[in-house]
Amino acid sequence: MRQVLEGSHAVSEAVRLARAQVISAYPITPQTHIVEQLSEYCANGTLDARFLRVESEHSALAALIGAASSGVRTFTATSSQGLALMHELLHWASGARLPIVMAEVNRAMAPGWNIWADQTDSLAQRDTGWIQLYCENGQEVLDTTIQAFRLAEWVNLPVMVNLDAFFLSHTYEPVDVPDQKSVDRFLPPYKPRFQLDLANPCAFNQLAPPNIYMEMRHNIQMAMDEALTFLEQMEEEFESILGRRHGAVEAIQCDDAEIILITSGTVTSTSRQVVAELREKGEKVGLLKIKLFRPFPVNMLRERTASASKVAVIDRNFSFGASGIFAQEVKAALCNFPGHPPVYSYIAGLGGRDITMEVIENIYWLTKKSTAPENESSWVGLREVDHAVGQS
Amino acid sequence: MQLDNLNPEHMCSGHVGCPGCGAAIAMRFVLKALGDKTMMVIPACCWSIIAGSYPQSALKIPVLHTAFETGGAAASGVRAAQDIKGDTETTVVTWAGDGGTFDIGFQALSGAVERNENFIYFCYDNEAYMNTGVQRSSSTPYGAWTTTTPGQHWKKLRKKNIVEVLVAHRIPYAATASIAFPEDLMAKVEKAKSMTGSRFIHIFSSCPTGWGMPSEMSIKIARMAVQTTIFPLYEVEDGLRYTINYTPKGYLVNEYFRLQGRFKHLTEEDLDSIQEMVDEDWNLLLRKAGISLETS
Repeated sequence: MRQVLEGSHAVSEAVRLARAQVISAYPITPQTHIVEQLSEYCANGTLDARFLRVESEHSALAALIGAASSGVRTFTATSSQGLALMHELLHWASGARLPIVMAEVNRAMAPGWNIWADQTDSLAQRDTGWIQLYCENGQEVLDTTIQAFRLAEWVNLPVMVNLDAFFLSHTYEPVDVPDQKSVDRFLPPYKPRFQLDLANPCAFNQLAPPNIYMEMRHNIQMAMDEALTFLEQMEEEFESILGRRHGAVEAIQCDDAEIILITSGTVTSTSRQVVAELREKGEKVGLLKIKLFRPFPVNMLRERTASASKVAVIDRNFSFGASGIFAQEVKAALCNFPGHPPVYSYIAGLGGRDITMEVIENIYWLTKKSTAPENESSWVGLREVDHAVGQS
Repeated sequence: MQLDNLNPEHMCSGHVGCPGCGAAIAMRFVLKALGDKTMMVIPACCWSIIAGSYPQSALKIPVLHTAFETGGAAASGVRAAQDIKGDTETTVVTWAGDGGTFDIGFQALSGAVERNENFIYFCYDNEAYMNTGVQRSSSTPYGAWTTTTPGQHWKKLRKKNIVEVLVAHRIPYAATASIAFPEDLMAKVEKAKSMTGSRFIHIFSSCPTGWGMPSEMSIKIARMAVQTTIFPLYEVEDGLRYTINYTPKGYLVNEYFRLQGRFKHLTEEDLDSIQEMVDEDWNLLLRKAGISLETS
């Protein structure tokens, strides 16, 4: 049924339809609407789940580690500082091979306090062993959250569904909310491969000496590889039941494009319009949206950018001392690929600054005019400020 | 030895505890009282190692090893999962050291008991970070040497009174127990098991390695801690009703301190002031027990 839903509530509806059994969360703006709605569903009996109102994000994830180890379907949501506080347990959840699903509302890290959109919070968790997906709109948020449970339970790895603060979490859009029966067909009840069990008492997460630790880590990488393959199959099933497909990456007019813009999250929607208008002016431009960040879809990226002469990555995030984080990943994916296009890196929209159509068009023209990329990222639209701090 | 016959063992030989380890003795008695319908959460502590390395385990019950500061939260999750599955029979417990309880795990513990989560939290207390090599914790007593309170920098601060902190949460049951008083310990575990809501049992567990004493002294030292009222045996129900389970017979603290290497630097004057502190704490406890008698 089509409803006008806030992005946050698209997550809540998906978690309701996925029949999550234990939910644990701690308040942080702009994630709160997700769990407020779920609290309501637990309170009024719409959702048969236990909701744990813990005293920190760290405990929210710790509680889910306990619950998921007991073989039930689990969900949490957080943002920014909350995700950073969970960092230790992000490693724990993947190392323990628990299919926990998290909605992560991309918000800037303090200081200064900033509650607006910025992806550095989740991208800084790159190496924690979580599958990471970045959504563009409310429909994709809902579909991806439902799929996240299926994917997580298939490969026994946790999944983080990312959505931009406010631009997506607090924006109302028409969203098709599927019926329970269809979702049940796509997502059957969770059948854990292992769980705390009185009939078969086992010790989980115990001491793992050097003679076994490395194999355990390699198994996680094998599960990541499996996730890449399974995602395709899962999306086919989802499409056959629910009629929609989003893809690990989406290529828009890339086949004959000379310059390809690479985006993730909500900036993709604005970029679609910019590309359409530039095409009308006769510019050979394409757009590649990256939804799947971990595992990184290296081969898809190589194929889709093969015929371009330049690619320009727009990052709403930054790794200090290096560059935009998606740009790093794109460079790493292409570097062993003979004749790959040069990679331009642009930083825009940090801390919720608007990435307007003009900003994106400017990035296109800068890339077109340039003969070779700079070593460093170009920060777009920087204001004149006092740079003297730290340089005395 | 009668205990062995009455209650089956749920802990195997072959664990990797040090000789005379009080924490191993505590686990054995507690599991005898809990029985096999128990799921245990173990945050980082000596028992993360004592239980053995993959693929072996010295415990015959399901065990979830978790991160250092998660004892209260992880057990909340295990309980929530059992509840949603309709399992009301399983007892969910946390088994943590003093560092994981008094210090790094304190927030999660306070959060869990404030929510009155239905579980038993056991703290086996060896009064320092023993697994990492005897560093001071907020459970380390006044006067003790540790590797981070060496030489003249021995700890000159009192031990945190964790039971009173838990009592302040008004939980259904909080108690102290000792490896030297197994009948009392097991009775408290059985009593806690029969109740619902958050229950806390603080077990004095001597550590020959960290305390600088022969391994055969473990039980004797634990008994002396109770006899001197350094570690009184008592229980508190609903944060109100105090019961003192052992009435001391007037032993002074000197011998307890003299038998342990960790206190060997203390002078007679130091021991006198420690005796005053111990007496002061004991009198405070008596007043609390007395107050509850008057009002009940």
